[in-house]
Amino acid sequence: MTITLFHYLFVSGLLFAIGLAGVMLRRNIIIIFMCLELMLNAANLSLVAFSRFNLVNGLPNYNAQVLVFFIITVAAAEVAVGLAIIVALYRARQTTHVEDINSLKF
Amino acid sequence: MSPILFYLFAALTVCFGIAVVANRNPVASALCLVVSFLGLAALFVGLDAYFIAVIQVLVYAGAVMVLFLFIIMLLDLKAETRRKPNLPAYVGGGLVALAFIAQLWLVLERYSAAHQPFPTMWASEGKSIDDVTNVGTTLFSVHNLPFQVIGVLILVATIGVVVLSKRELK
Repeated sequence: MTITLFHYLFVSGLLFAIGLAGVMLRRNIIIIFMCLELMLNAANLSLVAFSRFNLVNGLPNYNAQVLVFFIITVAAAEVAVGLAIIVALYRARQTTHVEDINSLKF
Repeated sequence: MSPILFYLFAALTVCFGIAVVANRNPVASALCLVVSFLGLAALFVGLDAYFIAVIQVLVYAGAVMVLFLFIIMLLDLKAETRRKPNLPAYVGGGLVALAFIAQLWLVLERYSAAHQPFPTMWASEGKSIDDVTNVGTTLFSVHNLPFQVIGVLILVATIGVVVLSKRELK
């Protein structure tokens, strides 16, 4: 049994579903942030799988891999800013639990 | 990639991904996330994307996870483990994830191209099969402007973090 694009896309979808479930059911803002990273990585896996599947002149489509490179860079910047916001929030409220932060809740 | 290695690394990635969500302790979650990212890097190697795999290990399993662990230990999040779980969110999150997986399975089953094996790679005249060379050439020739913009983004993020970390925000 050979490994096809189907297997890679399904693993990518599973990772995305795990990340989505984590964002919905966890209440710790740092865990929610980690699950966001998991979802970004799931998207990266499917991009690389499609890049390997659609060969251009016998080589993978490197535009997709450059896009993955950009996603990783933006994710790193996002993590830095997001964690700085979480630290500022913790200084103001002494909590990282999303249910304790409800000033904007109607 | 041989099927055994694929299933090994896919299982590693998915199981430790589940452990990230299931763990009550944030430090254990972060360490599980490192293992999950390493498994993902191995899957990238299986797809002949060596450069992306190395970047994944360096940036995600290295820099980003150190940042996460540093912040978790800085904030001292021990009190979180005492909270009781709220059932509606667990049921809702689980149901949405299961519905997503079921839908994905149905879509992928009908996508006939996905069931063909991966085509073998070959290098044409004067072209290298070297992964890093090709990604670098594409990055600096075709996508040069976005690359420069990414540099500006990193600069803005750095300044933003410095401003956010100041003790009093005006």
